[in-house]
Amino acid sequence: MAACKEKDAKLEAIASSIRVVPNFPKPGIMFQDITTLLLNPKAFRNVVELFVDRYIDKGISVVAGVEARGFIFGAPIALAIGAKFIPLRKPRKLPGEVISEKYDLEYGTDCLEMHIGAVQPEDRALVVDDLIATGGTLCAAINLLERAGVEVVECACVIKLPEPKGRERLKGKLLHILVESH
Amino acid sequence: MASQDDSDPRLARIASSIRVIPDFPKPGIMFQDITTLLLKPKVFRDTIDMFVERYKDKEISVVAGVEARGFIFGPPIALAIGAKFVPMRKPNKLPGKVISEEYSLEYGTDRMEMHVGAVEPGERALIIDDLIATGGTLCAAMKLLENVGAEVYECACVIELPELNGRKRLGDRPLFVLVEAV
Repeated sequence: MAACKEKDAKLEAIASSIRVVPNFPKPGIMFQDITTLLLNPKAFRNVVELFVDRYIDKGISVVAGVEARGFIFGAPIALAIGAKFIPLRKPRKLPGEVISEKYDLEYGTDCLEMHIGAVQPEDRALVVDDLIATGGTLCAAINLLERAGVEVVECACVIKLPEPKGRERLKGKLLHILVESH
Repeated sequence: MASQDDSDPRLARIASSIRVIPDFPKPGIMFQDITTLLLKPKVFRDTIDMFVERYKDKEISVVAGVEARGFIFGPPIALAIGAKFVPMRKPNKLPGKVISEEYSLEYGTDRMEMHVGAVEPGERALIIDDLIATGGTLCAAMKLLENVGAEVYECACVIELPELNGRKRLGDRPLFVLVEAV
């Protein structure tokens, strides 16, 4: 019971350290800004520890971080659980041979890339990003890993936007979120 | 790839984990790819440890990481030494009020931004990026921090390309690197 209360207190501190910036990147959007969380070393450490506690015994060999904010959370998690860290990047950033996955934006499409040879079919992967909105980026990430024969164990995000309500899975993969934005 | 200090066995493994990709992003450039280092959990751990050992008792309260590969090395260092992590970003990525600094590229210019209020006057800062080439990016980061009254304790990179004279461009500001690309 005490452990639950302690965890709730941590989650509350994490939630309150996230800043909402209205009308960014365009009018009507309430942007969930995690940079203020990163300015609070205790809250940042708690985010990483909460994820590490969940994944340390799950046999995860790969943490895939979505550029760029997924790098900030994914790399420390990978280090703590002894997994490889794989950056999933926008086009033409990764220097070696890549596979690409297109995904839809509100207007138009974008692309996510992964290095060929970064993962092996026996790898078990965690996908990390700061936030899940429509899920388009995370879906592309899952697709890249599955095309390489990897099992995606879970997707982990610090924040979830309220819509769609009650989403627990993405492409059949469990979503683990720390806080839900208002 | 040459190590700074041949007596530390970790440096040889770090140096040999970096992959060189010829002619990326354009002909004639030998790109130093750190993604292969990130695929070796022990080597990634060693890389972070070497920075943490150097900075942990130096009262550094800010680790500024340059987008995007600085977001992979910076946060683990910040977490280990109990410092804030401050992302230094390309234009229009940071959602709140920013200050910006222009810097020159081989052709044209680019701009780096930092959130207003992220760093207080008198704070001691470390700047992290994966690599120093001409030093233009690191210089811009230094100027941003110094403009808000922070003390830049040191710039730290995994790799230096010594032929590009980045060290000189930083002037008298200290630079620490783990390996030199020869």
